[in-house]
Amino acid sequence: MIKKVRSHIVQNEPLLFERSSPGKKAYQLPELDVPEVNLASELGEENVRAEIPGFPEVSEVEVIRHFTRLSTWNYAIDLGLYPLGSCTMKYNPRVNEHVARLEGLAWAHPYQPEELSQGVLRVMWDLESFLCEICGMDAVTLQPAAGAHGELTGILAVRSYLESQGDARKVILAPDSAHGTNPATAQMCGYEVREIPSNERGLIDLEVLDKAVDDSVAALMVTNPNTVGIFEEDISKAADLLHARGAQLYMDGANMNALVGWARPGDFGVDVMHLNLHKTFSTPHGGGGPGAGPVAVKAHLEPFLPKPRVVDTGGNGYKLDYDRPQSIGRVRAFYGNFGVLVRALSYILAHGGEGLRNATADAVLNANYIRQGLADRYHLPYQGRSMHEVVFSDQKQTKQGIKTGDIAKRLIDYGFHPYTVSFPLIVHGALMIEPTETEGKGELDLFIDAMRSIADEVESAPEMVKNAPHSTRTRRVNETLAARNPIVRWEPAVEAEAEKPAAD
Amino acid sequence: MYPKELLYTKEHEWVKVDGDTAKIGITSHAQDQLGDIVFVELPKVGDKAHATQSFGTVESVKAVSDIYAPVSGDIVAINEDLIDAPEKINEDPHVGGWLISVKISDKTELDTLMTADDYAAYVSAESES
Repeated sequence: MIKKVRSHIVQNEPLLFERSSPGKKAYQLPELDVPEVNLASELGEENVRAEIPGFPEVSEVEVIRHFTRLSTWNYAIDLGLYPLGSCTMKYNPRVNEHVARLEGLAWAHPYQPEELSQGVLRVMWDLESFLCEICGMDAVTLQPAAGAHGELTGILAVRSYLESQGDARKVILAPDSAHGTNPATAQMCGYEVREIPSNERGLIDLEVLDKAVDDSVAALMVTNPNTVGIFEEDISKAADLLHARGAQLYMDGANMNALVGWARPGDFGVDVMHLNLHKTFSTPHGGGGPGAGPVAVKAHLEPFLPKPRVVDTGGNGYKLDYDRPQSIGRVRAFYGNFGVLVRALSYILAHGGEGLRNATADAVLNANYIRQGLADRYHLPYQGRSMHEVVFSDQKQTKQGIKTGDIAKRLIDYGFHPYTVSFPLIVHGALMIEPTETEGKGELDLFIDAMRSIADEVESAPEMVKNAPHSTRTRRVNETLAARNPIVRWEPAVEAEAEKPAAD
Repeated sequence: MYPKELLYTKEHEWVKVDGDTAKIGITSHAQDQLGDIVFVELPKVGDKAHATQSFGTVESVKAVSDIYAPVSGDIVAINEDLIDAPEKINEDPHVGGWLISVKISDKTELDTLMTADDYAAYVSAESES
């Protein structure tokens, strides 16, 4: 049998383990020119790793081809619209990458003395200052490595603050539309979580909140705009209500892309919040990351932020202040994901104040353009004005037995990454669409056409939609089977199997 | 659709009362909303269930959801079959997909639960809103 009858574009790619052939090497070390030592006797037996059985042995070109082929299967923001709602998959401008590669930044070492790190400290100082200004807050820590990590840091600061007031409390409130990380964070910090039901408009109900806030409540965690993409218009009143009863207002900044340059959380009563630099500030997102989740606070929470803090001494440059007796301590090695911080600062400086304001306006405009283009074909569960994302439901399509997940799979056939499926949970069968500001009208029109065409197909050919995608190298995968029986580790084929004569 | 001999909660659990014990599960409507269930986390025999409080979780391909106890009491049995075959909840929610069995400590708690007809009306009102 001729084994290679199809081009690599459609071929399935074996694992490196499956390509392995004993004795092959992709590298060559120079000859040892120092006396050899016995690692086990120098370091201790327990610190020396044994040979790894089955470790793949391949040549350099095989490794390169393997990963290059895999990379051609990716969908990325650099290929087209990536409308994953709530995730803000915005374009990562190339100027960020240029700046991050500047020698003095790329090669800075965290153990460099402070006098040789002034530029690096200035980057952190400036970014903190800009984020304070954008959020209307008094202080920022850049340490947390991601949004959920920022939540943990922010709520730990709240907890330390309340304890320092002699008023430790035990409950955190979160609306039923919250990101799952909010209740998870509260739980991690030792709080009891109570859920607040949203009203019929998808918003926090002040009457419900009024009943829920007693003297055991430490904070309300709220996302604004919320996860249905609508601005919480009573947020200032909610803040007043909480503050009058000694509770704090935490804002999940996941949706800050709708506010930058137009509204400041600090101005509407927020005490503490996190930002996702990999969302709002255009740093790489997802597996490539890493993320960064700075936390911004009002002055009363500042003493509790992680240490060290960057300070401007005035005459003597910047330094790191470790003398922070009330700090919750470090939450991350060194000073956070510094390379990401550089990119966020680059994004802010490249845009300038007016540019950031325009980006926000475009993000909101784009989401509303999609809403307008699809509102007659997809059910809109909440009628309030959309901000940076729009949430439909599959109510019209379920009559044909088609669910949001099926429409998302079909969207892949039209060349787009799917939108966010089945979140937020308060919308049954949600289609959550966030185009971000970078898309032009042409790309948005293509997306709208695709979604309208799928709505037609749901009527005319529901089975075809149910079995989508049809144009991908792998057809629909069995997600349920994968979740029930995950195979997370490659294991060599059984010897007997391997020795069987090939059938062909 | 909803068996007459069961009682129902607003959180979409059902209870089957047999003398002093109550078998508890989630309704057909609940499993349909959750989608394919892939994992179930149950308490141990001997733990206590407290009415309206969570006693375990079900995880579907979409989400993880708490399951709330309709009545209080000592847990006397759990459905071990679900550990390897959580899909039983999807396939047979009202019988084979039961979750736990409880020795009821306060029978008056049953008075707050809904009949099959009331629950059917509750579900259709909820899905219209």
